[in-house]
Amino acid sequence: MTDSYEVREVIDKETLSAVKSVGETYKYGFATDIETEYAPIGLNEDIVRLISKKNEEPSWMLEWRLKAYKRWTKLKQPDWALLKIPKIDFQDQYYYARPANMKERPKSLDEVDPKLLETYSKLGIPLTEQKKLAGVIEENYEEKPQDRKVAVDAVFDSVSVGTTFKEELKAAGVIFCSISEAIQEYPELVKKYLGSVVPISDNFFACLNSAVFSDGSFVYIPEGVKCPMELSTYFRINAENTGQFERTLIVAENNAYVSYLEGCTAPQRDESQLHAAVVELVILDDAEIKYSTVQNWFPGDENGVGGIYNFVTKRADCRGKNAKVMWTQVETGSAITWKYPSCVLKGDNSSGEFYSIAITNNMQQADTGTKMIHLGKNTNSRIVSKGISAGKAQNTYRGLVQIGGRSQNSRNFTQCDSLLIGNKCGAHTVPYIEVNNSSARAEHEATTSKVDEDQLFYCMQRGIGEEDAVALIVNGFCKEVLQALPMEFAMEAQKLVAISLEGSVG
Amino acid sequence: MLKIDNLKVSLEEEEKQIIKGLSLTINSGEVHAIMGPNGSGKSTLSSVLAGKAGYTVDSGKVNFDETDLFETEVEERAALGIFMAFQYPIEIPGVGNMNFLRTALNSQRKTRGQEELNAADFLKLVREIAKDLEISDEMMRRPVNVGASGGEKKRNEILQMCLLEPRFVILDETDSGLDVDAMKLVSKGVNKFSSSSRSFLVITHYQRLLNYIVPDFVHIMVDGKIVKTGDKNLALHVEETGYKDFL
Ligand SMILES: Nc1ncnc2c1ncn2[C@@H]1O[C@H](COP(=O)(O)OP(=O)(O)OP(=O)(O)O)[C@@H](O)[C@H]1O
Ligand SMILES: [Mg+2]
Repeated sequence: MTDSYEVREVIDKETLSAVKSVGETYKYGFATDIETEYAPIGLNEDIVRLISKKNEEPSWMLEWRLKAYKRWTKLKQPDWALLKIPKIDFQDQYYYARPANMKERPKSLDEVDPKLLETYSKLGIPLTEQKKLAGVIEENYEEKPQDRKVAVDAVFDSVSVGTTFKEELKAAGVIFCSISEAIQEYPELVKKYLGSVVPISDNFFACLNSAVFSDGSFVYIPEGVKCPMELSTYFRINAENTGQFERTLIVAENNAYVSYLEGCTAPQRDESQLHAAVVELVILDDAEIKYSTVQNWFPGDENGVGGIYNFVTKRADCRGKNAKVMWTQVETGSAITWKYPSCVLKGDNSSGEFYSIAITNNMQQADTGTKMIHLGKNTNSRIVSKGISAGKAQNTYRGLVQIGGRSQNSRNFTQCDSLLIGNKCGAHTVPYIEVNNSSARAEHEATTSKVDEDQLFYCMQRGIGEEDAVALIVNGFCKEVLQALPMEFAMEAQKLVAISLEGSVG
Repeated sequence: MLKIDNLKVSLEEEEKQIIKGLSLTINSGEVHAIMGPNGSGKSTLSSVLAGKAGYTVDSGKVNFDETDLFETEVEERAALGIFMAFQYPIEIPGVGNMNFLRTALNSQRKTRGQEELNAADFLKLVREIAKDLEISDEMMRRPVNVGASGGEKKRNEILQMCLLEPRFVILDETDSGLDVDAMKLVSKGVNKFSSSSRSFLVITHYQRLLNYIVPDFVHIMVDGKIVKTGDKNLALHVEETGYKDFL
């Protein structure tokens, strides 16, 4: 134990040198030159049918989609967020794009186009079944090096390219595959749970997703199984003028456990692109899901040209007693982020946690937060939100804590901190607290501060350059959330924090 | 090593001159002490030498060896070997001491075109220094200065000094807030560190420190100027009679 501090410290150090080595601000901005097959532009019933057909879906799935589509045509895009959203023409974009040579689902990774494999390896996501060495371990001479495995499902535009460690996971009873495959292979499970957390008509964007989602990930952890490795899905938008609509469904049966991570990047383009995902988590008795996101979609340039419009619905349903869920998100990308990962705490003694870092720089806008819906008795929730605003960006935390009449002895704690860099940006906090139960308690703390000049001077007097000093201080500000991430991703996230703030000082 | 020539400095925000024509030459290996009443501009002088923002240099110049300090960025001055132990060390929440130290050291090494120190050598170095200053592992694990007592913070400044190995050190009231034992520890640290190629500017209100860190020169600063320079006996005189002779 005595030397545990070095371990984490070294991570931070890596961050700074990594930042220095990155020449450009958005290093994932390259595009892959690959022949792509599109559905006709625009959206109508035929497009929905086409997507369903491309995925070789059973008829019940098509019916589900069509129902969603009909409903969507009657819904209006919400406008309550503190966001200036340019008008989105839903008929002027593609809803399905896949690499032409992905017509046949590759049976194994060996059959995947090398160009695609190369893309992922360029992004730092090798689609091989090698063990991922956590970078920290190399410098940690006190502990025995240990390698950790991370299984990856790679989604490229509208399709899943491949999933690693499938066999090994299968042996443990874990199902980890693309959702399109799950619809074919495990229809009963999908039918049972899809839409059970986020109903078809939940909201405008979720409804759109229900109609046109093309792929995503499916995870099923059977009763009593602790998933033997980290699972992750890596989303890449490549095709131009194409929306990405992925759907993720994770089910943890009684006493099951899984830690899951999603990462996202997109090429640098002048045209904005739409991303509307839905993630559903089902957590039964004594089960636990940890869901981490490192969102680094292209944020647009410093004048606000281009970038991803990110409208995401994520919800966890703690159905069982003692069910636990933890959302951790590091949101650094996207031109617009609209996202509120939520926890429905139905089971008695269930708990939900939300840890968030949202960074907006230049012209980026984020309206993000969470909803904690306490229904069961003795339920607990914890919210830790760190918003960082630089340039001319606007950053809003929006959170709902609702404790129902039957949710006795339930507790919420909310800590919501905003940090401003410069004086052209904005930070806003919009908490909604509804406690309908006298035995329940909700605590809310909020702070807003500026990067402290004295702290900067102190760092710089010790020889640290201004940008590194800002990165150091901001990473310190976010520490609590970074620590909630799995170790191998904490490093990535720290680098990202530093990179996304480049050019914010001086 | 350091040459201050008729320096005049005002606050940036208001038209108020704090340093009003100050000259001082410090050669390699010398220890200079500055004493003076509260508000006479001692910390302002330190801050200006280190490059803190918020001040306007009205006239005069400062050379550090061949370098014009006012043409040099804060972190470059640090890499040149200028170190200031803060009168009020700053807290940086969430940033671990080890991370801070390693980042600082390697940033300086990089600026100077030296190789970065690897983790093992770095740790060994920090541990040795911390041991000398009786700073516990637990302290080292904390975020920079957060939750540290006044005296602990001051010791931490000395640890940073020993690690970063500057050539010119400003100690701004490093003795204030130290108990007797800590004062001896800190002085021991400073003395062990001093050499013929290093110079010190020691700001203090108490003659006591100068028994441990013996100055070659003592300057009395009043209202932004040095009004009297002498040897260590001048400090004894001040201790007895206060500043009334110099006002
Ligand atoms: N940023 C500032 N804003 C306003 N006044 C300032 C600022 N910096 C310095 N001063 C003023 O300048 C004068 C000199 O301050 P300085 O801190 O340099 O004194 P000092 O000699 O270090 O005093 P002490 O012995 O109390 O530490 C004081 O009157 C102080 O109030
Ligand atoms: Mg002072």
